[in-house]
Amino acid sequence: MPREFLRQSWWVNFSIIFGVLLLLPIFSPEFRVPLYGKYLSFAFVALGIVLSWGYCGILSLGQGIFFGIGAYSLAMFLKLEASRPELPDFMVWSSVEQLPLAWLPFQSFSFTLICILVLPVLIAFPFTYLIFKKRVSGVYFAILTLALSLTLTVLIIGSQGGTGGANGITDFSTLLGWDVASDEARSRLYYLMLGLLAVCVTLMHYLVSSRYGKVLIAIRDREDRVRFSGYDTAWIKAATLSVSCVLASIGGAMFVLFTGLITPQLVGAVASVEMIVYAAFGGRVSVLGAVFAAFSIGWLKSALSEQFPQGWLFFLGGLFLLVTAVLPQGLAGLLGMFKKSPNSEGDS
Amino acid sequence: MSLEIFWMQLFSGVSYTAILLLMSLGLAIVFGLMGVINMAHGELMALGAYVTFMVANVFLTIFPKSVDTYILFAIPIAFLVTFLFGMFLEWSVVRWFYNRPLDTLLATWGLSLILQQTYRTVFGPQEVTIPLASWLDGAIEPFTGVQVPLNRIFIIVLTLVVVGVVYFLFFKTSMGLKVRAITQNRAIAETVGINTRQVDMYTFALGSGLAGIAGSVFTMIGSTNPGTGQLYIVDTFIVVVFGGVASLMGTALSSFIIAQLQTTFEFMTTSSYAKVLLMLIVVVILYFRPNGLFSSKVRT
Repeated sequence: MPREFLRQSWWVNFSIIFGVLLLLPIFSPEFRVPLYGKYLSFAFVALGIVLSWGYCGILSLGQGIFFGIGAYSLAMFLKLEASRPELPDFMVWSSVEQLPLAWLPFQSFSFTLICILVLPVLIAFPFTYLIFKKRVSGVYFAILTLALSLTLTVLIIGSQGGTGGANGITDFSTLLGWDVASDEARSRLYYLMLGLLAVCVTLMHYLVSSRYGKVLIAIRDREDRVRFSGYDTAWIKAATLSVSCVLASIGGAMFVLFTGLITPQLVGAVASVEMIVYAAFGGRVSVLGAVFAAFSIGWLKSALSEQFPQGWLFFLGGLFLLVTAVLPQGLAGLLGMFKKSPNSEGDS
Repeated sequence: MSLEIFWMQLFSGVSYTAILLLMSLGLAIVFGLMGVINMAHGELMALGAYVTFMVANVFLTIFPKSVDTYILFAIPIAFLVTFLFGMFLEWSVVRWFYNRPLDTLLATWGLSLILQQTYRTVFGPQEVTIPLASWLDGAIEPFTGVQVPLNRIFIIVLTLVVVGVVYFLFFKTSMGLKVRAITQNRAIAETVGINTRQVDMYTFALGSGLAGIAGSVFTMIGSTNPGTGQLYIVDTFIVVVFGGVASLMGTALSSFIIAQLQTTFEFMTTSSYAKVLLMLIVVVILYFRPNGLFSSKVRT
């Protein structure tokens, strides 16, 4: 099949998915819109996992850490704004007298934004570069990152006065004086986020179809050969994972905007593994599949927990088994089988 | 630091070593020797704990007079049940994922979610506790001011027995020889006539059964809820990875080091900071020795 057609068919799928997401708020009750926003915040995370896991073969079970960096940064800023001039309520309860040093810079919005976008790189890049240099990869990397996300949860819960402990940070509603908890603001935010997501998806699509994407696939399939060809694979892997971490952090910040809370459970080990299933279900190498999967799994979670509270974990567990055993290429692979696309591997 | 505190500290470290070792021994076999990432290992421990709970209840209702002996029956039954369940898991799920470690990780994670929800549906979301047998309740005092709880001593002895049996199985029987042969080179092992399918199944089942024993022991020191397994799984993996995969000796030493560090840090700071410190130390050491402290050369 000619490349030109495949490219067009990607744009057709893109238009269908984003068209539906664009029209959705019009046809649904207003209280649903923030929920849609919440589901889509995970689409950013899933997008990052598609890049790092699907294309580069790095399974990081620590995406929750970076989701948490984005989420906590924004939540700290919003909380300070909500409680100014007093201290945030949970600090008062834990008898903290003075604003902790780490909180001071979060009084500035621009610092918070920089923190969301840059801090993940500053943490992820040096750490993973060293790890990849040592050629720790695959399962060991997965377990190491899982352990780190568990550690983070323990740390957050343990420092009640500085982080809100197990209850997390909540009870804030204004962003720079704008009431973001109102229905109208939330539907505006929804469109803003949808636009940002569309940009990220398009960039990602071009990124993975570029020569850089080819190197990633090569690293995933035969890393030693790529290394022998003279590439610094550790550098490429660390850079790729950093991009993925920034996306997770953006997702975390979006999550806070739409839900108005963040707790350690949402960034912990269990949540981190759950994020993987979004990418796995959509199809590890499918950029659009990730968006679709994040939205539909989020929607299913709400629907199932409303009607059969017991059913959700059975469903999620079954989904993990299904995508690994039967559908390694996810939904995108399933669609590809119907279309008999000859290029189901590389086509995103 | 006074001498009493030192002894108490040492003992609590040793008893924590026993618990960690019991927990990670099964995983050291399943993950270390077979290379299977079983994220549902914690749920197998929970299964052992629930089996113990049921056995204790059976004793309470049917043989209330001999209720004190329930633990002696519960441990073998827990082993047997999880052993059989492990065989079933290997046959139904795990065997389809050999040589796909990352997929195994995700599939068994799914399995663990399903098991957790099953426990929640069957036993309810609340914690279940079992009263400790009266002969294990109490403490002895070897020196004045040093209290040593009896149930901890029981756990230490049990761990020694289990480790001894596992050592015997792996290094003195033909089954163990086959397992080690497969670990070193699966293809050649198959060529010389070892039934690798069968050995895989029994090895996995043995690892699961050991998790069942660990779970049974947990009921003596704490309560059980559907999420219990998830609490321990990461720690268990860390012990195995830190000790060096495919080295049972390494697992034992790593349990000891991690337990001593954890109890010492806990004494100096709070338990959550102790855990964070410990994790950071493990990560730094793993950076310098990526194959664990006591790695042996294994072909993959």
